[in-house]
Amino acid sequence: MRGMMACTVMGTHDAGRPATLSGRGLTKVYHTGTVEIHALRGVDVELYDGELNVLVGPSGSGKSTLLNILGGLDRPTEGEVLFRGKPLGEREADITRFRREHVGFVFQFYNLIASLTAEENVALVTEIADHPLRPRDALALVGLGERLRAFPAELSGGEQQRVAIARAIAKQPELLLCDEPTGALDSTTGVMVLRAIDQVNRELGTTTALITHNRSIEGMADRVLRFADGRIVEVVENAERCSPEELSW
Amino acid sequence: MVVAPLDRKLLRDLWRLRGQALAIALIVASGVAVLVMSLSAMQALDDSSEAYYERFGFAEVFGSLKRAPERVGRRIADLEGVQVVDLRVVRFAVLDMPELQEPVIGRLVSLPDRGPPLLNRLALAAGRLPDLARSDEVVVAEPFAEAHDLHPGDRFGALLNGRRRSLEVVGIALSPEFVYAIGPGTLMPDPQHYGVLWMRHRTLAAAFDLEGAFNDVALTLYPGVAPKAVLPAVDDILEPFGGVGAYARKDQISHWFLANEIEQLETLARILPTIFLLVAAFLTNMVLARLVFMERAEIGLLKAFGYGNGVVVWHYAKMVIALSLLGLVIGWGAGFWLGYWLTNVYSQMFRFPELVFQPSIDIYAISLAVSVGASLIGVVSAARYAGGLPPAEAMRPAQPPVFRHGAWSGPRLLDWIDQPTRIILRQVFRKPLRSLLTSLGLAASVGLLVVSMQWLDALDYMVEQYFHDQQREDMTLAFADPQPEKVTREAAELPGVLAVEPARSALVRFLHGHREHRGALTGIAPDSALTVLTDADGRAVRVPAEGLLLSDVLADKLAVTPGDVVQVRMLEGRRREISVPVSAVFESVIGTPAYVSLAALNRALEEHRTVNVLQLVIDEGEQAALYQRLRGLASIGSVTLKRAATDMFDETIGETMLVMVSFYLAFACTMAFGMVYNNLRIALSERGRELATLRVLGFRPGEISYMLFGEAALLVLPGLPVGCLLGWALAQLMAASFATELFRVPVVIEPSTYGLAVVIALAAMVPSVLLVQGRLTRLDLIAVLKTRE
Repeated sequence: MRGMMACTVMGTHDAGRPATLSGRGLTKVYHTGTVEIHALRGVDVELYDGELNVLVGPSGSGKSTLLNILGGLDRPTEGEVLFRGKPLGEREADITRFRREHVGFVFQFYNLIASLTAEENVALVTEIADHPLRPRDALALVGLGERLRAFPAELSGGEQQRVAIARAIAKQPELLLCDEPTGALDSTTGVMVLRAIDQVNRELGTTTALITHNRSIEGMADRVLRFADGRIVEVVENAERCSPEELSW
Repeated sequence: MVVAPLDRKLLRDLWRLRGQALAIALIVASGVAVLVMSLSAMQALDDSSEAYYERFGFAEVFGSLKRAPERVGRRIADLEGVQVVDLRVVRFAVLDMPELQEPVIGRLVSLPDRGPPLLNRLALAAGRLPDLARSDEVVVAEPFAEAHDLHPGDRFGALLNGRRRSLEVVGIALSPEFVYAIGPGTLMPDPQHYGVLWMRHRTLAAAFDLEGAFNDVALTLYPGVAPKAVLPAVDDILEPFGGVGAYARKDQISHWFLANEIEQLETLARILPTIFLLVAAFLTNMVLARLVFMERAEIGLLKAFGYGNGVVVWHYAKMVIALSLLGLVIGWGAGFWLGYWLTNVYSQMFRFPELVFQPSIDIYAISLAVSVGASLIGVVSAARYAGGLPPAEAMRPAQPPVFRHGAWSGPRLLDWIDQPTRIILRQVFRKPLRSLLTSLGLAASVGLLVVSMQWLDALDYMVEQYFHDQQREDMTLAFADPQPEKVTREAAELPGVLAVEPARSALVRFLHGHREHRGALTGIAPDSALTVLTDADGRAVRVPAEGLLLSDVLADKLAVTPGDVVQVRMLEGRRREISVPVSAVFESVIGTPAYVSLAALNRALEEHRTVNVLQLVIDEGEQAALYQRLRGLASIGSVTLKRAATDMFDETIGETMLVMVSFYLAFACTMAFGMVYNNLRIALSERGRELATLRVLGFRPGEISYMLFGEAALLVLPGLPVGCLLGWALAQLMAASFATELFRVPVVIEPSTYGLAVVIALAAMVPSVLLVQGRLTRLDLIAVLKTRE
């Protein structure tokens, strides 16, 4: 909390900047048996170019649902998602292309391919991308330039997560979506992972959205979106971003 | 009834895995079906024949001779160990069946003058035994009666020893001696052209000038007396009367065929179910290993609660037992039905008064034991893993599987291989044993396809080689007694005869060292155009002026090769023994033929140019006239029509084979399907997370299908040629276990059979690919990625 308090200046929301991705009136209703769960209740959201957004809120408040819908992993019950002002479309092939060309994902569980080395896990993506980084450059960016030939089983949790980040950004996506990337990591390792995300955001200008339960992380964001009960209840703009090294929990 | 929570879990697991469980159960079912089918048909034949033999006094020793006075029978009866002696007259006759153009051969067997025979008693299906006072009364064999629609009271003509007679059917019967009733020179029962007839001894003896004499003997022995002990003494007694060597029941032709069929069923029951059950065991192991791995947290929890290892292992063992029981029940049903069908097919060929199909409880017990036993083999390693998991370890998430830096991780080899392909290669080589066994399982199904379809190829080849390549005549006439050579010229004059070749067939004993064989030696012209023999390399082999041509089986039996000298003892005439060198060995699939030149055989028999067999090439257009003339030839013992023999072969064996083959195809396809389906489902379960990850990374559905099915293809592809090889090896094994002196099904596999087997196996895999593809498209990306493995 110390870091956040030190560097956060509360600000207001500026609507004039270009948005990489926008959500309009997003609603998501799940039916489980006879129960209806309203995961999202009409959310409007903009992810501006080059911005690092942190999404916080209690479990079940709709953060992950929103991220999945924005990333084309899930469809909204109502509303639409616009990428650079254009709707994502309904066809599975269009959505797959959107993910393939423009989005990088990072999850809590690293989801590396166990049979591929670190470099190969990254190459998996660069092979199908138009203007990718070289896998070793992407790994160098997250501080793993020395561990190219290690298999996932030979890497620590933090290292595996950084490989996952390198894999997500190697195609130079416009969007990087991270769902609890530090959820399974201790503080020191978590900071290393956040530094990697921060660095990617700053150096490549990748628009980033990051879900966390950890309010300490809010300090590294340009904007913090607070969720409760399927809605964004508050948007906080940091005038100045902390560097991840200043964070701890 | 309260179901224990663990058992409820078991039922739900089975329901969840129902597709895979059913696929495995069907493979178990295929194995069980073949087992139950073979054993039940075998039991039907075995029990029915045993009861039949017992009840109707089937003789244990048989002998035939030229002619001996009845008092000689007394000497046989006095031999130690001999219980009952039946002296008979047995002769062949040409029968005149009005509805048939071609000549029909009857085997006439005498009945004692009063009452039923002591041995080989008749099972009367209709009518009565002949009346001694009425010399025209006969009992006819039931299949012959059926083929000619004969009933008591019907009459037909016959040429008995040159005298035309009209015979009246008074009874219709079966005899244990003719369960499998085949005419001379044929392999299949052909009741249209061959039948057994019984007449009173006095009538038959009078017709063939054998009054007060006999030319055939049948005997039974006291319990515990081996036929071997009696045969030489019988031979000694009969030899002066033209005895051609007595033989035991096991060499009696009808019994031999029956016993051989039973033996083949036994072989079948051993080989095929083993393959199915091993494959099922492997699949069970694979599925269970995956299940236990995924449930390691639950297993840890159970153990933490205080459940012992035994309970955990028993829990999974029960699941496998349930699965094999399902297969067992399906297999029992299918096997019972198949066994019933097969027994019905047999009842057309093997004639019993009653062929009882009543599979005993043993058959069900055996199949239960082997199927559950085999499946439990599949449990061992998974159970060991589950039992060995410490509670804490079991509840920790699994670490990423370890991949080592080996040949498939080196940069050079892989430079040109894309990442998805690397994933495939590393998966396959990470678990080499599982990959190998998967390929072998697929190979087994291809092998089964090859081996079942090759039976058709082999049959074609057999018919082609024996009936068309080696024996080029259309008709064979055999005379009851040797004839002067001029009959050849006379036969050439018969209407429709295009070519005639004479031959002399004699019963001999071949001796080489301590090995011997009793069989026919045929003398043919060295320049014969109708008997064309080839050696193993396909080169033509001709009969030399001096020297012996032996079939490969006979050469093997006597352990001789070209150049060796064989002693040949004539069992006719003055019983000379001669030494003849083997000049060549030729290939033969049927019988144990041996040839010398006609002149050499005549010399050995001390006969002047005699023949007893004529081979004819005929003009089909003049058949009717020819048949008409043949009916009137008294000296003819038998007429064999090649076309009738091949038609019969095709009809009976060919059709049965086709049905059998289609069942085996279904079983093999089940195996191919089950193998691939389980493999894909397990791969999907293991790889689901990775595939979902790739979808998230932007891979298209087709691209991730490549990763899943590419791996399957990599395992399937080597399985195909290996399967062809396995099919060949299985065919060799089956051929070797089925080979008999009488005929050997050769291993002939047409290239197209391999091709077809591969195509069928691949086609059988298609549904499993489609089913799994459906699951792949429905892959829930979010659910997969949000959970820990």
